[in-house]
Amino acid sequence: MAPEEIREVIIEILGDIAPDEDLGSLDDAVAFREQLELDSMDFLDIVMELRKRYRVQIPEDEYVQLASMRSTVDYLTPKMSEVAK
Amino acid sequence: MAEAYDTLIIGAGMSGLAAGIRLAYYDQRVGILERHKTIGGLNSFYRAGGRDYDVGLHAVTNFTPKGAKKGPLSRLLRQLRFQWEDFALAPQQQSRIAFPGVNLAFSNDIRLLESEIARCFPHQVAAFANLRSQVLDYDDLDQAAFEISTRKVLGQIFSDPLLIEMLLCPLMWYGNARVHDMDWGQFCIMFRSIFLEGFARPMRGVRLILKHLVKKFRSLGGQLLLRHGVKQIVSEHGRAVGVILDDGREIQAKRILSSAGWVETQRMMGEVDEVGNDAAGQLTFIETITTLNCQPAKLGLSDTIVFYNDSDRFDWRPPQHDLCDLRTGVVCSPNNYLYEDNEQLQDGVIRITSIANFDRWSGLAEADYRREKLVWYDRSSDSAVRFVPEFRHHAIDTDMFTPKTIQRFTWHDNGAVYGAPQKRLDGRTQLENVYVCGTDQGFVGIVGAIISGISIANQYCLK
Repeated sequence: MAPEEIREVIIEILGDIAPDEDLGSLDDAVAFREQLELDSMDFLDIVMELRKRYRVQIPEDEYVQLASMRSTVDYLTPKMSEVAK
Repeated sequence: MAEAYDTLIIGAGMSGLAAGIRLAYYDQRVGILERHKTIGGLNSFYRAGGRDYDVGLHAVTNFTPKGAKKGPLSRLLRQLRFQWEDFALAPQQQSRIAFPGVNLAFSNDIRLLESEIARCFPHQVAAFANLRSQVLDYDDLDQAAFEISTRKVLGQIFSDPLLIEMLLCPLMWYGNARVHDMDWGQFCIMFRSIFLEGFARPMRGVRLILKHLVKKFRSLGGQLLLRHGVKQIVSEHGRAVGVILDDGREIQAKRILSSAGWVETQRMMGEVDEVGNDAAGQLTFIETITTLNCQPAKLGLSDTIVFYNDSDRFDWRPPQHDLCDLRTGVVCSPNNYLYEDNEQLQDGVIRITSIANFDRWSGLAEADYRREKLVWYDRSSDSAVRFVPEFRHHAIDTDMFTPKTIQRFTWHDNGAVYGAPQKRLDGRTQLENVYVCGTDQGFVGIVGAIISGISIANQYCLK
């Protein structure tokens, strides 16, 4: 999966976790937490959805990598390069 | 042992079902074991004489309107992938704390309570604002901070003891497992859920919420096993390996999440004697349910819930020398919610709850039990009509449950409605893969129980 595709996947997951959020105006450089009403339970769901949908395993001490869209895509790009969309 | 589950959940109440949905959604093999023939636990429902009854539910607390992004209700909807509309919550009209000569009305808008305090306790307005900000600041789920004495904190904030008693009355009634005093953490949770968020109810009652939970759980592949009581949790070297059912069958599991209660779970692990333990909760109730031939509003009762107390001191403890203590009580009318399109329940309903003594009720012989139910139906109604209009001449049906009923269908020691006084916030037990959720983990009420199931499942069973 290419970085743009990973971004789409994350947007899709966020849309399922937080259906009331406006994701169109998301700033990739700014932390999710500052733009969206996400709590730690929602962050767990991003991790769990990636595991459920694409079998991507993210160790607990690396959850911090998922702070913003940019850091998430950067972190996932090597992990998901072999994963088919 | 046959049948291996990733997680076995004990109890198909709100917390067990919610935990089950989370785990089944993320592809675990989950079984929920429920001893009763139906679901719901402390928040169940039944049908008698052609009418539907709710057991626990007076109101769903923590109500926030559609679109709210914060608060426990929106969090649980997101976590369980429900739409706001699924629970069909209709907000309350208005409720009341009634003490001799003083009434404080409140609604889902905190400004009503503030103005009532300004009217009745003008010198306590600043103190109430102070309390509100302290409640909002509280977010510490550490056990020590949770267990601070609420009476001590309130004594430092307010100079008028009557207002303290009046504020404690509804908050203790809807979720305090301790006698007399209340954990500060519990007080903050209850203050937010009742005064800052509010009351609501689905028109069809608690069965609507339970139906959605079960449907979702099953659609995700979860197995709901009714009439499957757990007799024993089997462990080897500090780890649970499965359970033995009442009928002797064995089921294997990688981990166990129990909503049966702390003491009750300890007993399954062989840690507590069959009888006698101080760790179980003591607070339990009788409730009378009267069906009317008219809407309660026709009789002059338009309050959703009335919390009454007949003296300046609110004494929250089980009665020692009698079956019930009628000095305080709760009157709830499920008619008095703002249902969509001005729809209304067909019958008028008035429910009256009073504090009761489990041992005295459960010790009665069958004939005495039946007689005492009739006696206390009248007495608790007599007590309540000091604070709400007389309604009995409009009664077309009555029903009643007692602590004995609660214990019989939930298997919670003493029929304790709000669980054990000592909460287990971290949800852990002495076995490394057995966890507790539900009332004894720390959250009460429908929303609280669901959040408990979700958070313990997230914390220990998912990662």
